[in-house]
Amino acid sequence: MKFKGRVWTFKDNIDTDVIIPARYLNTTNSHELAAHCMEDIDPDFANKVNQGDIIVAGKNFGCGSSREHAPLAIKSTGISCVIAKSFARIFYRNAINIGLPILECDGGIEEIASGDELEINTDEGIITNLTTGKVYTAKPFPEFIKEIINAGGLLNYAKKVDSKCSQ
Amino acid sequence: MGMTITEKIFAKHAGKSFVEPGELIMVNVDIALANDITGPVAIEEFKKSGAQKVFDREKIALIPDHFAPNKDIKSAELCKTLRDFAKEQQIVHYYEVGRMGIEHALLPEQGIVLPGDVVIGADSHTCTYGALGAFSTGVGSTDLAFAMITGKCWFKVPETIKFIYHGKLNPWVTGKDLILHTIGDIGVDGALYKAMEFTGDALSNLTMDERFTMTNMAIEAGGKNGIMEADNITLEYVKDRAKRPYEVFKSDEDARYSEIIDYNVEEIGPKIALPHLPENVVDVEEAQGIEIDQVVIGSCTNGRLEDMRMAARVIKGHKVHPYVRLIVIPATQQVYQEMIKEGITEIFIEAGAVVSTPTCGPCLGGYMGILAKGERAVATTNRNFVGRMGHPESEVYLSNPAVAAASAIKGRITHPREVA
Ligand code: SF4
Repeated sequence: MKFKGRVWTFKDNIDTDVIIPARYLNTTNSHELAAHCMEDIDPDFANKVNQGDIIVAGKNFGCGSSREHAPLAIKSTGISCVIAKSFARIFYRNAINIGLPILECDGGIEEIASGDELEINTDEGIITNLTTGKVYTAKPFPEFIKEIINAGGLLNYAKKVDSKCSQ
Repeated sequence: MGMTITEKIFAKHAGKSFVEPGELIMVNVDIALANDITGPVAIEEFKKSGAQKVFDREKIALIPDHFAPNKDIKSAELCKTLRDFAKEQQIVHYYEVGRMGIEHALLPEQGIVLPGDVVIGADSHTCTYGALGAFSTGVGSTDLAFAMITGKCWFKVPETIKFIYHGKLNPWVTGKDLILHTIGDIGVDGALYKAMEFTGDALSNLTMDERFTMTNMAIEAGGKNGIMEADNITLEYVKDRAKRPYEVFKSDEDARYSEIIDYNVEEIGPKIALPHLPENVVDVEEAQGIEIDQVVIGSCTNGRLEDMRMAARVIKGHKVHPYVRLIVIPATQQVYQEMIKEGITEIFIEAGAVVSTPTCGPCLGGYMGILAKGERAVATTNRNFVGRMGHPESEVYLSNPAVAAASAIKGRITHPREVA
């Protein structure tokens, strides 16, 4: 998959209580969730994001709760991809399982600034900063995870390999 | 080559004789858990997939605890989704308000999770059951839906870090302080993607309740799971609760660890995590004197009977500070009943505390004690992120039950020896 979009940067340890505060978890509606995404650190975030924009964050992005509402909220704001130095493991699984593209890259992405324009090729893991001309390489996904992504999420993958899964 | 306890449980559940870190495997799940927040999302996915029946109605636990008793109409709808699904699928481990408890206290207490199990839960603190010598970890709702359909879950076998605690615990030091100290030492991503194996002579004297507190917070260091070998205390705990067979696994002598970290617990005193990360851990003395508005004693971390006993010992004969709200929340109905029998509830109420029915409530900023702008709380919970218990400009300090109780009396962060 290829994306092009404007960057929003976030620091280390962005937790799921910040991504979507628990007080809004009394709904599963992804548009309602999106409206409150990141509001405790940037009350205007959901309004400012444009379709296709990209999040670039530090280490341990998505730490905390297992709430799948977090990647869902991000996806529903129109964010096309999240790049981070590292992801908390449940967020990592959830993003893959629901089909929110993510890339893990610890090689210098802290230079990327809010407002930069990026072009991303998720298959090859290549991140190009169109504003500065710099290129970064993300860690490739294991084959098995690529299969889940290509199937369009875990449950679609399950349908494809059902005989294997239910033996 | 030897295997760790986590690797052995994985091998067994993947039908293999050997697994090693980095390997991707599909494992059979003994229990799959969801609550009133994550369950409805999983149920939606379950229905969308066209599935008709869960893989095994005895291996699923659905617990309404986060916003239950229903805090508002929307939460009532979520709980109803869970209840309707439980009825339709005849789920055995469904617990209604009045019989329920916070999931991670309830499942071990009822003998639903056992040593040697693989347990997944759509809740990050599912790692709690590692204290029984089980592999347990948090997953998302889609993983949970997949498990409800197939009985399986995919994993990457993690590397293991071994934490050894030795020595004799100082007064007022509990499992909570050991785990806070550990998180403070390695950081909130110090065990990212890894298994945390806790061992050492200092742990052998800990009660099950304190052990659960330690494995509960493995996720706060980014860990995939926290695990301890089952010993006599574990087996004593499990004996009358287990209604099915279980297996005890132990790490081999020559098992491989990515790191071994050694702590002399004699150097550890009561700890407190300052806002807004569980890794901001200092000695209670360093935070002493910070004025507070609320104290919460409860949650899946410290809402068990031993926690209540400890807090009550400190509170007994004292009054809660006039400008402090002390909110006590037993983690399960059984803890609640025991508290009444032992006179603990009365001690709290006489001191001027409120004692609630089991719920997650304020722990995640749901209800039953939300903080206003600028307010500070000491809580025996596990997270102190921005906005976790209410307003984004409120603050949460994490401690053990004795520190929380002492602070409630004084109206400021207090070392328990000051009031005892
Ligand atoms: S008590 Fe708190 S941490 Fe535990 S399950 Fe409930 S909300 Fe989560």
